[in-house]
Amino acid sequence: MAQRSLKGIAVVGGGPAGLMAALTAARHGAAVVLVDENAEPGGQLRKQIHKFFGSKAHRAGVRGYRIAQELISDCTAAGVELLGQSVVFSLRECTLDLLQKDDAFNLKADAIILATGASENALAFPGCTLPGVMGAGAAQTFVNLHRVLPGRRVLMVGGGNVGLIVAYQLLQAGAEVVGVVEALPYLSGYQVHAAKIKRAGVPIWTSHTVLEARGDQEVQEVTIAAIDDHFHPLPGSERTLAVDTVCLAVGLTPLAELAWQAGCRFCYQGALGGYVPLHSDNMETTLPHVYVAGDIAGVEEASTALEEGAIAGLAAAAAIGCPVPIAEFDAAQERLVSLRKGPFGDIRQLVKSEIVKRWADCRVVE
Amino acid sequence: MRITNHPLLGPQPPVNLVPLEVDGQVIWAKEGEPIAAALLAYGIRLCRTTKRRGEPRGVFCGIGHCTDCVMTVDGIPNVRTCVTPVRAGMKVTTQRGLGQWPNDH
Amino acid sequence: MSRRRIAVIECPEEIPCNPCETACPQDAIKVGQPITHRPHLDAQRCMGCGLCVAACPGLAIFMVDIKDNDQAEVTFPYEFLPLPEPGDTVTAVNREGISLGTAQVKARWQPKGADGTYLVTIALPAALAAEARGIRRPSCDN
Repeated sequence: MAQRSLKGIAVVGGGPAGLMAALTAARHGAAVVLVDENAEPGGQLRKQIHKFFGSKAHRAGVRGYRIAQELISDCTAAGVELLGQSVVFSLRECTLDLLQKDDAFNLKADAIILATGASENALAFPGCTLPGVMGAGAAQTFVNLHRVLPGRRVLMVGGGNVGLIVAYQLLQAGAEVVGVVEALPYLSGYQVHAAKIKRAGVPIWTSHTVLEARGDQEVQEVTIAAIDDHFHPLPGSERTLAVDTVCLAVGLTPLAELAWQAGCRFCYQGALGGYVPLHSDNMETTLPHVYVAGDIAGVEEASTALEEGAIAGLAAAAAIGCPVPIAEFDAAQERLVSLRKGPFGDIRQLVKSEIVKRWADCRVVE
Repeated sequence: MRITNHPLLGPQPPVNLVPLEVDGQVIWAKEGEPIAAALLAYGIRLCRTTKRRGEPRGVFCGIGHCTDCVMTVDGIPNVRTCVTPVRAGMKVTTQRGLGQWPNDH
Repeated sequence: MSRRRIAVIECPEEIPCNPCETACPQDAIKVGQPITHRPHLDAQRCMGCGLCVAACPGLAIFMVDIKDNDQAEVTFPYEFLPLPEPGDTVTAVNREGISLGTAQVKARWQPKGADGTYLVTIALPAALAAEARGIRRPSCDN
């Protein structure tokens, strides 16, 4: 297998965290290779056509896909080398094995930043494997990026921000959204996102779940029902809806396989989507010179991924000897922490602090 | 169904349409778009049937991870249609089970 | 309610977001630090320009203008096709998407930097000004 040695940083994943990490490290003088499995980098930003929250420093008010365009051209200007259509299948110490189209080779770097993102969760119910049942993010990719509708009449399952935002974007693309079901008695997404689809006439059913999808070869109808406090369906509350598509927005799980392979220590944090690699404030894992950023480090949102990417980029650049003013770390930390306040952010801040504490404990023991 | 106009993204830019053969029928696809997108534009959602029970499967994750959307493309089985770009003249077939390699008998 | 067009901010939760504050040329909207504070509008300063309506990523700002003749105008952000044209008769809806009856489209415009978000102003009876927050999409029959 061909080998390549890089005096610099390899970043895996070209979404918001990876792009920002690559850009930040390159701007501080590091040689950076950004590896992404898709033909074009940008990750989920490319399909996010809504305006971002946050402040000006977080690019608030800018639509996600425009942030991707900006970051990609900034990366190019900063000299980041992009390896597209390249799948990383192994990580040992600071060496990546990757497959670019049909060529396998390995890439040894001085530091690695894993920004591999997250994958959508599935939900098991009779008929859940029928064509027409798909991830909400998958539907969003087809609608906003490829500009085809996966179906005409859609039921959205899940009232978090992903479900609410994708329901709105399906409406914008001309689909009909027959409703949103959410198993909890309340919506976990922002009320402003819920308000947009309510005004557009979409019913939202909390304390409801999907019982079954039916159809010959593909989804033709779905049955939903109200559920009690123990999430058991209430007999008699079943309702059958004619839909051709059921979108699942039932959470995301960090894509952390490479960190497992490399031997990073993990902990389970349900609030952040599952097992996440322990990491410091500077996004360093329990392995030297291996960093994480974005959803792999705990599922949050694109704006926090950008800031974690910036921090990981600064830390990795500093670790390989690039001069990084300490004030830049402080500024990036401040931007990140400001996104983790209020009733939605407090819990994430708490959990992140717990992860950092356990990272420090690991360091002491070893 | 294609989204020809969009309130934020504007009209669909002009594209190069190429023929794509799906189970013997020719459809017109955008060169470079994922095969699965070209199929969805025509309302084709069945990609394969499972090996044991013959159950239908289609796109689930849309980003190349779940492999539910694999089809046989130009004779090669198990091609992830959600991340494989369309090229002119490609032949795509609904895959039965694990599919057959060209030299399998 | 004052008898001129002013912003009505319907941002009920503490979420990290302040483009309304940044967008306002009159410094009429205060979010402050941390940015999870809810926005506060100084109604005396608001000139009803609509820049915050177009800037709000949550589409949660509206404008209301109560006229002297029991009529009112409500302005809201709109991101669907087809776009309503001035002079069109439309169905006004409340926050739940329920019909409030017909209204006339008075204006439709896109402030600088709105990036695709239109502002639509409809005229309707003043009694409905506190309820009307949008219009039925023409393709929508529910």
